[in-house]
Amino acid sequence: MKNSTLALAVAAALSAGTAQAQISGDVVKIGVLTDMSGVYAALSGQGSVIAAQMAIEDFGGKVLGKPIQLVSADHQNKADIGSATAREWIDQQGVDMITDLVTSSVGIAVQRLASAKGVITMNTSAGSTALTNAECTELGIHYAYDTYALAVGTANPIIQSGGKKWFFITADYTFGHSLESNAADVVKANGGQVVGGVRHPFPNNDFSSYLLQAQGSGADVIGLANAGQDFTNAVKQAGEFGIGRGKQQLVGLLVFSSDVKSLGLKAAEGLQFTDSWYWDMNDETRAFAQRFFERAKAMPTSPQAAVYSSVTQYLKAVEAAGTDNGKAVRAKLGEMVMNDVYHKNAKLRPDGRVMHDMYLMKVKSPQESKSEWDLLKIVDTIPAEKAFLPLEKSQCPLVKKQ
Amino acid sequence: MAISANAILTQAMLGLNNGAFYAMLSLGLAVIFGLLNIVNFAHGAFYMLGAFVALIGLTQLGPWLGMPDLQINFWWALLIAPLVVGLLGILIERTLLRRLYGLDHLYGLLLTFGVALVLQGFFTNFYNTAGTPYPGKPEILDGVVNLGFMYFPKYRLFALVVSLLVCFATWYLIERTKLGAILRAGTEKPKLVEAFGVNVPLLITLTYGFGVALAAFAGVLAAPIYAVSPLMGADLIIVVFAVVVIGGMGSIMGAIVTGLALGMIEGVTKVVYPPAASTVVFLIMALVLLVRPAGLFGKE
Repeated sequence: MKNSTLALAVAAALSAGTAQAQISGDVVKIGVLTDMSGVYAALSGQGSVIAAQMAIEDFGGKVLGKPIQLVSADHQNKADIGSATAREWIDQQGVDMITDLVTSSVGIAVQRLASAKGVITMNTSAGSTALTNAECTELGIHYAYDTYALAVGTANPIIQSGGKKWFFITADYTFGHSLESNAADVVKANGGQVVGGVRHPFPNNDFSSYLLQAQGSGADVIGLANAGQDFTNAVKQAGEFGIGRGKQQLVGLLVFSSDVKSLGLKAAEGLQFTDSWYWDMNDETRAFAQRFFERAKAMPTSPQAAVYSSVTQYLKAVEAAGTDNGKAVRAKLGEMVMNDVYHKNAKLRPDGRVMHDMYLMKVKSPQESKSEWDLLKIVDTIPAEKAFLPLEKSQCPLVKKQ
Repeated sequence: MAISANAILTQAMLGLNNGAFYAMLSLGLAVIFGLLNIVNFAHGAFYMLGAFVALIGLTQLGPWLGMPDLQINFWWALLIAPLVVGLLGILIERTLLRRLYGLDHLYGLLLTFGVALVLQGFFTNFYNTAGTPYPGKPEILDGVVNLGFMYFPKYRLFALVVSLLVCFATWYLIERTKLGAILRAGTEKPKLVEAFGVNVPLLITLTYGFGVALAAFAGVLAAPIYAVSPLMGADLIIVVFAVVVIGGMGSIMGAIVTGLALGMIEGVTKVVYPPAASTVVFLIMALVLLVRPAGLFGKE
């Protein structure tokens, strides 16, 4: 019995290797692991699932003649829940690629676990640079943005226009720490000074006491090293106390269009931040956004567009490699030049960083805005090589080996 | 960072603001425990329900009923939410809690804890656990007031004053009026009070409803400050129980004073030694239990 199964398996493997493509389980399974109900649900969440679904449909629903399936789950921003789900997906359901992975603590845990099991992760929504540095893995890809790019893109122009003394209000977990330290480096490198900081629990509802500490610190700039609903709550409460209206400036280091939408243009007007994509950039993005809007009832955020892109590029790589084997697909992705609605001429580095341009955006005034979702204008394009940490500075062990 | 007197004053003021919510919630708990002998773990959930009644009344009720223009504004919510949630409390008392009066405290605790989990779970199904902002803050309460040492949002000041008024009115009602005297007598010697022609079971039901309504009232007041979330009560209830224990189970003045004081201590700790801010309340609780097991204002 055992022998015959073995023989069958060998025969199958041989014939597959020669005659047809190797697709494990005769299906390519893509998992969207995200925050469905918490602080990051608006910027990724259900919208990311919709984006992945659209990518699969646009690809034709099949790759190498095998069906493509989508699974999704809520990791509740908890690394243990994320890891348990990823393990179950990989071990029992045969998931081949996991995307979205918002929340850096979850992203790092799942990337490590998946890579060890030969599964590619394409993180579109978490920010920590650790993903491609100390925590980099063979099959882990950091797709959209990172805290280095945000710090460089957002902090530089502010320091140049006179905001020298900074106070940080930081979400107390991997992502917040990473963003704060990247921004502090930029501040110091440009002759600025960090006069203080405070860390808040993640997630958090009441920012008043942190904001008042920041107000009393004598800083020119209050840097918010948090994201999603933490960020919007902090901005709203700063408004309540009249903080950020005088000579002190309130700066969001990670802002998404969904945050601007939830704050409203009146509260957010003039805010500058760095992002990788905006729906209203050109005809191609507008057409995609319109299709997305019909399903999601909201315009896509940059992480959601990145999910669409990551699934598309992954499927292209599977097709080119002729297999869904993680290592082979990762090698193909490393050779490809990625072109789609999300980015142009993007390339994947050995440390897992996807290199593409970033944009400095500014929130429109209510007078400038022509429609409900007309929120931002692009002030500046930051070329990929300036936006991201240079490869020679990466602490990723995979890079040093080469 | 040097600690200025101003920083301490501002954080104490914010702390007092939080303390007012602690006071109002622990007050309801104290009333219920003092008069019914029930440890009401569902209190946080009723607080959350109050906030949700306000939110739903403002943003969803109209469309549900096919009348998009119908909106229950903040002022009406302050009245309606305690009534609606109080009635639900009465229903729970009549159908569930009533059966447990002869038994150990533990049973009431378990039942109310279960009720809280059910209510939270129900709302978690439909609403964002991170919180939905309440858009109905009255315009008249927008803006800030200059208190000399800081600018304080008008709304927070309003919430503080209203909670203090409610707290002291409740204390007065129970400790200083004839109705309060009957209530207290009814719990101590129910048979005797019934012999005077007082309907004690009805009194107890109404007391529970009142305690629950207080929680809902606090929930409506909290909605414009904190986001409305299914877990907003669960986050708060642990601190509130610590307040009740420190003040002395069942002591009404104890609950009010301790609530306000702990809020301020917590606020000041945020300046002096931030990492201890979330634990200082429990540290004080442990100390008080060691020195005065009945609580600061408890009898015995």
